[in-house]
Amino acid sequence: MYTQGLTEPGVRPATESTPDDAERLRRFEARIEAEEKIEPKDWMPDAYRQTLIRQISQHAHSEIVGMLPEGNWITRAPTLLRKAILIAKVQDEGGHGAYLYSAAETLGVSRAELIDQLLAGRAKYSSIFNYPTLSWADVGAIGWLVDGAAIMNQIPLCRCSYGPYSRAMIRICKEESFHQRQGYDIMLKLARGTAAQRRMAQDALDRWWWPSLMMFGPPDTASQHTALSVRWKIKRFTNDELRQKFVDFTVPQAQFLGLSIPDPALRWDEAAKRHEFGAIDWREFNDVLKGHGPCNRERLAERRAAHDAGRWVREAAVAHAAKRAARAVA
Amino acid sequence: MSTAGTRSPAADVATRVRYLLRIADTSLVLGQRLGEWIGHAPAIEEDLGLANTALDLIGQARLLLAYAGELEGRGRSEDALAFLREEPDYLNATLAEQPNGDFGDTIVRQFLLDAYQLELFERLATSTDARLAEIAAKAVKETRYHLRFSAGWLVRLGDGTAESQGRVQASLERLWPYTRELFDPDDTDREIAAAGIGPDAAALQAAWSARVDRVLSEATLRRPADSPYRWYGKQGRHSEHLGYLLSDLQYLQRTHPGASW
Ligand SMILES: [Fe+2]
Ligand SMILES: [Fe+2]
Repeated sequence: MYTQGLTEPGVRPATESTPDDAERLRRFEARIEAEEKIEPKDWMPDAYRQTLIRQISQHAHSEIVGMLPEGNWITRAPTLLRKAILIAKVQDEGGHGAYLYSAAETLGVSRAELIDQLLAGRAKYSSIFNYPTLSWADVGAIGWLVDGAAIMNQIPLCRCSYGPYSRAMIRICKEESFHQRQGYDIMLKLARGTAAQRRMAQDALDRWWWPSLMMFGPPDTASQHTALSVRWKIKRFTNDELRQKFVDFTVPQAQFLGLSIPDPALRWDEAAKRHEFGAIDWREFNDVLKGHGPCNRERLAERRAAHDAGRWVREAAVAHAAKRAARAVA
Repeated sequence: MSTAGTRSPAADVATRVRYLLRIADTSLVLGQRLGEWIGHAPAIEEDLGLANTALDLIGQARLLLAYAGELEGRGRSEDALAFLREEPDYLNATLAEQPNGDFGDTIVRQFLLDAYQLELFERLATSTDARLAEIAAKAVKETRYHLRFSAGWLVRLGDGTAESQGRVQASLERLWPYTRELFDPDDTDREIAAAGIGPDAAALQAAWSARVDRVLSEATLRRPADSPYRWYGKQGRHSEHLGYLLSDLQYLQRTHPGASW
């Protein structure tokens, strides 16, 4: 388990430009055009590889850091069934992380390198996990909104041109949609519950709504990554398209719960057949991204503490495996 | 407790409920402890493994508590029993409530209890109590996996580096005194054994002890000396740690009486 992948440096492809490159690029783009999947051994432009490594590893980090805010409520879940569902959910997120790190490894980086980048504060993860979970309703709101937004982002990725990422996303999306339904079910119970429970639910929606909209990333006019990603079919929709889809999908659900969305500008635009919504506070988004969210320091410190506390355990596993291997040879 | 030959049906039910609660609460409290780990393990695979065990334990607690509630006949659901009893009414083995400590402490606690639960559930699978036998048969399969995980890690840590061996040997010394309780029969255990519901404590101990010795030897760890029996969690007298665990566990149910979730 620890002897492979974790310690081997990634094999990086040669990046110098040769006369063949133009022809290779032409064939690569033709394959993308024909909706063929690109596989790990295939030639690919370095920018494609780097974009994927960045995106897949950020996604993996988000899954792992995302275990913390919800894990925060495992010991306090209100019923044994809810506790079991929450444990299973947080476990799923860990599984997604492991699965995505493996997908990233097919591009020539190791999980250990990627985790080091995360712990050193050099890698990004979804900013949403830098907000605190203050009540049980937050567990519901995260499932409903955060997993809901993740699905919106990720369903198109099931058709991503890179084979291993696309296959990972198919599996992950199935589980995310369970999470979304379970989260909504928590909200429904609270919304139909006591006055205190309804307050709890509304408060959670108030705090998670805007950060959820920010999950789709900066507006298209400001996004540096969108154009090439769309051309190479890593992304199929722009940030703003997905954000709009999410709002249109979620507003009726909030109405069904009898909760109000904290946006006075929100209204149905009959002509455009979509919701208009208020301006997002991009300054907050950028602040959190730069490390100034309410929990950035705590989340990373918690990951680092777990990693450091586990060092002697990982070393023991490696030492034991080596002893076994030596005994097997002897 | 009732005297031989004049056992009243009511006392019988109370004994059976008490016995079920001992098993149920051990799974519940241990599952709750493992839940604290998730997201903080030495590597992702261990997060997944600990979560697996936690899930199974919570599942066992649910089945056993639901059954105990029905048998008791006072209308208490699995959640009423899990969340709304007072500390002395929890009857888990004291070992289960010991804090997680480092990964080695958790693995030792888990290994000692996995080995115990495997022997216990294997025997309960042939209990004269058909419902308990059915629950135990399912639990046996789960516990085999738990033991594979914990014994596997005990061997890796014991036969790993000098540091890991020192740490895990110290964990073993610290937790060993709590194992005595698992096998020291009281009236409840004796009545249950006599009725063919649960195993004889001496037989259970011999099987557990042999299993533990095999793994300790593979792990190159020393079996600590036995110490006097001081722990009575199964009778509701706990260590200082359980109260804190329960205050987290019960927080929402206590804060919002009668709410449904
Ligand atoms: Fe996930
Ligand atoms: Fe999820």
